Amino acid sequence: MSAVIDDHGHVGHDHHHGPAKGLSRWLLTTNHKDIGSMYLWFSFCAFLLGGSMAMVIRAELFQPGLQIVQPEFFNQMTTMHGLIMVFGAVMPAFVGLANWMIPLMIGAPDMALPRMNNFSFWLLPAAFGLLVSTLFMEGGGPNFGWTFYAPLSTTYAPESVTFFIFAIHLMGISSIMGAINVVATILNLRAPGMTLMKMPLFVWTWLITAFLLIAVMPVLAGVVTMMLMDIHFGTSFFSAAGGGDPVLFQHVFWFFGHPEVYIMILPAFGAVSSIIPAFSRKPLFGYTSMVYATGAIAFLSFIVWAHHMFTVGIPLTGELFFMYATMLIAVPTGVKVFNWVSTMWRGSLTFEAPMLFAVAFVILFTIGGFSGLMLAIAPADFQYHDTYFVVAHFHYVLVPGAIFGIFASAYYWLPKWTGHMYDETLAKLHFWMSFIGMNLAFFPMHFVGLAGMPRRIPDYNMMFANFNMVSSVGAFMFGATQLLFLFIVIKCIRGGAPAPAKPWDGAEGLEWSVPSPAPYHTFQTPPDMSDVHEHRKGTGGELTP
Amino acid sequence: MNEALSTRRLVRRLVFVVIGMFGFGFLLVPIYDVMCQAFGINGKTAGAYTGAQSADEARAVRVQFLATNAAGMQWQFGPQADQISVHPGATQEIRFVAYNPTDKPMTAQAIPSVSPSRAAAYFHKTECFCFTQQVLQPGERIEMPVRFIVDRDLPADVHHLTLAYTLFDITSRQPPVAVNATSAPAKESLQ
Ligand code: HEM
Ligand SMILES: [Cu+2]
Repeated sequence: MSAVIDDHGHVGHDHHHGPAKGLSRWLLTTNHKDIGSMYLWFSFCAFLLGGSMAMVIRAELFQPGLQIVQPEFFNQMTTMHGLIMVFGAVMPAFVGLANWMIPLMIGAPDMALPRMNNFSFWLLPAAFGLLVSTLFMEGGGPNFGWTFYAPLSTTYAPESVTFFIFAIHLMGISSIMGAINVVATILNLRAPGMTLMKMPLFVWTWLITAFLLIAVMPVLAGVVTMMLMDIHFGTSFFSAAGGGDPVLFQHVFWFFGHPEVYIMILPAFGAVSSIIPAFSRKPLFGYTSMVYATGAIAFLSFIVWAHHMFTVGIPLTGELFFMYATMLIAVPTGVKVFNWVSTMWRGSLTFEAPMLFAVAFVILFTIGGFSGLMLAIAPADFQYHDTYFVVAHFHYVLVPGAIFGIFASAYYWLPKWTGHMYDETLAKLHFWMSFIGMNLAFFPMHFVGLAGMPRRIPDYNMMFANFNMVSSVGAFMFGATQLLFLFIVIKCIRGGAPAPAKPWDGAEGLEWSVPSPAPYHTFQTPPDMSDVHEHRKGTGGELTP
Repeated sequence: MNEALSTRRLVRRLVFVVIGMFGFGFLLVPIYDVMCQAFGINGKTAGAYTGAQSADEARAVRVQFLATNAAGMQWQFGPQADQISVHPGATQEIRFVAYNPTDKPMTAQAIPSVSPSRAAAYFHKTECFCFTQQVLQPGERIEMPVRFIVDRDLPADVHHLTLAYTLFDITSRQPPVAVNATSAPAKESLQ
């Protein structure tokens, strides 16, 4: 590498040319910061698109009866909302954060495979263009739920299902390439002396997430390939007529699906584990246990998938095994929550926007974990399954979990990305509106779910009317507030108080050792981390060289 | 250390993992079938049973029969008795009747299922029309035997089993061989 040869520059010195000009900068870029920004913008667009579909859903459910859309279209909205949020909003946002921050956190000049990085990003617009275009095809887009259970997605699927399958293939390839890139970067490009146990937790959780992706995205590709063969080539993987079994679909899907939900939360765990210590002005409590807890969660996530299938008729021993294995996940998860709370204990806390989102993350994610534990009780799940209680559960883990984790990260690192401080007053407003809107939208779903309101149905019993109206009001509030976030980000890019290299006095990590905004090329000469203590000594606070 | 080289080696390994996991997804199919048959999961019954058992005259269980047509299947299809009482270990026979009321030759496949599913592993079929496919000419009617043994080891708290068949139209997949009018059997109707 050229940077190693002419090592006259100090850390972060930009001795290369800057970015190319115009469109080709973005089309052809191999720079991790450019690609990170593109991922983040892509994710935000998907978030708004998936969000507007949620608005259609909540508008229809504002009152009982059918008012605005037909059931067929309603089904397409619930399906596309789920698919776009999971694969288009949450996952690309974390890949964007990984691109931006992992090289800065481990003192690497870029990602290990920059060209593949460009390719894996540009597959995404293709995949989602294809997916969204199915809405305009004859027969409509996918209407079988984001879990696309066979035979709904095979025998009874709309014609467009083939495009849906290709879209999943493309986005799967993109995620796999992204994950390979992350593993290669973390394992091979760490600065000298940056041992694994000195890595910030965001890097750790992403390393483990990347392994999860590499393990389960191919299984997802496999299951959609089987669907494709059933639909077009006369096989019968999921068709009982030819000796197949639709329940097999659910096993293969959830073998992917459960690790997938952890793929959506582990990077947020990592980001919050940087943010809470920064605003508590204390090192993270229990760094080592955090690493092991993450590993334990990842391992357990492979042996609990059938908790999504308690009602399909698995044997009693199976119900018991999956019930206890699922409950076991609460133990490492509890370790994490304990560590975050202990980090705040007796800290000198301040509540800037990243910290507000991080604290809300800890509290509300825990609520989602508790409802998960209720669902894990197999006999109780016979009552809860496929009701709004499940919808309440996974929105509590995904909205204040994954999405708040992303907001917290965005505010925490925006000064580093843009060189400006964001507008703190507006950001606090964004937080409180999101917090109130989200709780109004999702908390009542627990009640209607326990009372038996089924999910994915456009109409409902009169007795659920009041709670649904509250949910819809909350959802509109949450949705509208996200436009404020867009405004805050644009305002921060265009100006604002200049950000120092380290805008948060309690923050730790190599990313704060480069100027703000981070120069186009950083760490051409790797920093020497040999003298820095490992986190395991319980000090953890000396990562800034 | 040569960074580029070790990156290439690592990437190659990870790509192998990816390919392996893609294959593993397909491997889940036979694994699932084996598990289902071994533990009777999902009411799946095993293939033809060749063992023999002696009847346990002291015990009787009730076996009910169900016949269902899958979506789009037009045949008339049903058992000759709704239920019979059997002694575990004894071989029993029951006949199902199928009739093709359409004007086209058709092929059908019956898929069996036993509930409660934990009893499936104790339900042995020595002969079953579900082991093969049925071709019926227009208006043709056949009787199809099932011979079975309820295992003597059936858990004591199971007093009552259901054997259910779903009949699927697989004509498009396995086109029946056309026969000429003279060899076609006389039209009969299902009584
Ligand atoms: C303590 C941890 C957790 C436990 C015990 C748990 C348990 C469960 C159970 C038993 C179900 C199935 C409910 C049913 O369909 O009847 C479920 C559904 C779900 N969980 Fe969790 N969960 C936990 C954490 C999470 C996390 C961290 C996420 C994502 C970030 C998540 C996302 C989901 C999703 C998306 C579904 C619904 C899938 C669908 O049917 O559409 N869960 N959870
Ligand atoms: Cu799960």
